[in-house]
Amino acid sequence: MCVDFNKKDKLLLFRITEEIDHHSSEKIRKRADYEIQIHIPKKVIFDFENVNFMDSSGIGMLIGRYKLVKMFGRKLKVSKCKTQYKKSFRDVWSIKVNNN
Amino acid sequence: MKNVYENQMKLEFISKSDNESFARIAVAAFAAQLDPTIEELADIKTAVSEAVTNSIIHGYEEKEGIVKIECKLFADSIEIEISDNGKGIEDIEQARKALYTSKPELERSGMGFTIMESFMDEVKVESVLGIGTKVTMKKMVKTSNVLEDEQITI
Repeated sequence: MCVDFNKKDKLLLFRITEEIDHHSSEKIRKRADYEIQIHIPKKVIFDFENVNFMDSSGIGMLIGRYKLVKMFGRKLKVSKCKTQYKKSFRDVWSIKVNNN
Repeated sequence: MKNVYENQMKLEFISKSDNESFARIAVAAFAAQLDPTIEELADIKTAVSEAVTNSIIHGYEEKEGIVKIECKLFADSIEIEISDNGKGIEDIEQARKALYTSKPELERSGMGFTIMESFMDEVKVESVLGIGTKVTMKKMVKTSNVLEDEQITI
């Protein structure tokens, strides 16, 4: 995972380069929470261009980060999702986020 | 001869989360013999990942145990059995419900079984409290058979 913080725009970018499962999502979660809390960015972007696999652990991790970012009143965006997991991800995302 | 399988493999590993990627890649490599599409292979990998993760976090509650995978290849399908000797599921019907999770503190999405059900053609869950859980999944694979269908002339 590469992390990039743009000071001028207060933009925090996580470029994920590994497959996202229960094992790797724990690592991503720790690192992302740390970066979000020290920078308090205006916007957080998860770049999924190099993610070829994601299971429900990844969805849980993203929803958790979304809640954290929302707590600071900021925005979170997931970009360049692959079709393999995009569909299941969209459905779960809308259910989870709208129910909370 | 529908019930005769053409190939079979068994796999056993310790319930470490590092092994989740090993498990799904091993099953996918075995399933590749059926010549599935990329999408079918992605479905199989995701379903295996969900089941193995369930065994590790819920079955063994991240303590050490053995997760077993048994795969059978048929002419047009793959059957995958993932079992553990963990604590078992008290209420299978509730566990299979979308968005239900017994561990909300772990940021689980509660979608494990739902994803298995939607990505695979059949999902059977058997569990005995204190003994363990066995998930059996089946996926139909439409082999392309291009060479048999279309005659290639040179």
